[in-house]
Amino acid sequence: MEMTILFYVFAALTVVSAFVVVFARSLIYSAFSLLFTFMGVAGLYVLLSADFIAVAQIMVYIGGILILLVFGVMLTRQATDVEISASTLRIVPASAIVWLTLATLILVFYRTQWTEVRVLPSIEGTTMELGELLMTTYVLPFEVAGILLLVTVMGAALIARRQEVSTDV
Amino acid sequence: MFEIGLTHYLIVSAILFCLGVLALSTRRNAVLMLMGIELILNSANINLLAFSRYQGLNLHGHVLALFVIILAAAEAAVALAIVLHIYRTHHTIDADRINALKE
Repeated sequence: MEMTILFYVFAALTVVSAFVVVFARSLIYSAFSLLFTFMGVAGLYVLLSADFIAVAQIMVYIGGILILLVFGVMLTRQATDVEISASTLRIVPASAIVWLTLATLILVFYRTQWTEVRVLPSIEGTTMELGELLMTTYVLPFEVAGILLLVTVMGAALIARRQEVSTDV
Repeated sequence: MFEIGLTHYLIVSAILFCLGVLALSTRRNAVLMLMGIELILNSANINLLAFSRYQGLNLHGHVLALFVIILAAAEAAVALAIVLHIYRTHHTIDADRINALKE
């Protein structure tokens, strides 16, 4: 029963703050309400007995990506206008298509007979098994992801570098 | 209705996905479009974890979700760097007004 209440709390937090992200007037409101979206999604992960993924979500999304986005908002603020332009256009056809898609998805989810395989959540957490999987079955994608992150760090630093006196742009 | 099952998580993830698509298609601010991408990736992750909890996918879904998080971090870093560079050369991040590849 308390799982049900917790699910609805986290789901409401996620959905409402995601609405604020999309429809907020100012960009900084969007960025901060994205924080609550990520928190709600992390809570949903915990309810799905994915403890390691939940912690990874908090550390990577809230600690990394959100900080990056807030920096992006602040660094690209025009000095002239106080409110960062958040113009919307073509909102009527776009939202019609999107809400139609959502209605179709929800209808499909309700009409499908899911064969529920009840996997009992392990008490001791998933971290150890996840680590074993990453070191045995998924060792090649794991290493490739490491190389990808290295290239990403170098590429991002190279692209965002301030080119004061550059002749070859 | 009161028993939380697979359908509940799928509906939350569908709402997140549609909001992300809405942010991508209606807002013209580049940073806000990135936020829409993050919403879409989060909805995909909820799907993966819900299926691994209720459909016997076990920890393989968790590994896939972990790779999605890694790719999201890489994507956000590179995309923000590109946005900063665009802002420096075009003095705007409005996606409709960025129409030149060089100055």
